[in-house]
Amino acid sequence: MSSIRVPVIEKIFNANDQLAVLNRKRLDEAGVFAINLMASPGAGKTTLILNTIRALAPEIRIGVIEGDTAPVTIDADKVLAAGMPAVQINTGGDCHLDAPMIEQGLNSLPLKELDLIIIENVGNLICPAAFQLGSHANVLIASVPEGDDKPYKYPNIYRGVQVLVVTKTDLLPYVTFNMDYFRQGVEMLSPGLVTFPLSCKTGEGVAEWTNWVRQQVKQKRGQ
Amino acid sequence: MHELSVTESILNIASRHAEQAEAKRVTDIHIVVGKLSSIVDDSIQFYWDMISEDTICAGATLHFQRVPARLACLDCNAEFELSAELIPCPKCGSVRVKVLAGEEFWLDSIEITR
Repeated sequence: MSSIRVPVIEKIFNANDQLAVLNRKRLDEAGVFAINLMASPGAGKTTLILNTIRALAPEIRIGVIEGDTAPVTIDADKVLAAGMPAVQINTGGDCHLDAPMIEQGLNSLPLKELDLIIIENVGNLICPAAFQLGSHANVLIASVPEGDDKPYKYPNIYRGVQVLVVTKTDLLPYVTFNMDYFRQGVEMLSPGLVTFPLSCKTGEGVAEWTNWVRQQVKQKRGQ
Repeated sequence: MHELSVTESILNIASRHAEQAEAKRVTDIHIVVGKLSSIVDDSIQFYWDMISEDTICAGATLHFQRVPARLACLDCNAEFELSAELIPCPKCGSVRVKVLAGEEFWLDSIEITR
């Protein structure tokens, strides 16, 4: 029996990407702007979310989808304590969120009563980059103590992001972090990337970031 | 390490196309992987043997065609390949570059028997 070659040419992430398109459509119809927040563990994702809530609520109604690899609700609890609806998604050990998990998350949030959804992805610089969720902006956080070489080591996640937030800038005097070298790597992978250096500890730069978010939400509402 | 969900996708796509082609079984699967796509072939192979059992794809051999990461310099137009980490243009040192190839990740074809 001879074998027959059948051409396929199908993207392996196709099924996920198609569902991501449906998620996006659902968000658009509800007039909700969604951010996919990605970073390594400890970069300050939850802290940035809490600061964003503090700056924008109640003017902007925010829901949060928390991705965690284990059933720990520490992050979700903090958001709930800040008075915002939060959904905890336990990925069951998986290293990333994917479009089906976001679909579930959207089912549990009162979409019609929200203006903004922040999705806190699993802390990881490799896997989340491959999975589109349907968000309007992929936002990457790089914290100063992680080092200035991350764009060179994890090029994938720096591709296809719309915004970069550099956190913990208050630590710049204490750690070796060459901002020019860092920015050069970012520029090679995502030319002209919108970047917000900030410190949630001192508050420096946070308003620039939250203004950007406010702007996006307003635009989405106006559509 | 998202190779398990990736492997499940490969199995789904291959099985769907095999059924459409009225295959009895799938013997080979050809996958194109760009060097920048951070996919580990060995892990896919590892999961493959476990999850393809009792499917139309059981025992099929996975072939990975690796595509090198190729960049073009936007200042001097030189094209260069990355051997390891990201580097500026080796000819003129510019950091204004464009990724030409290396981000591919698709299932190219399957080989079947009827």
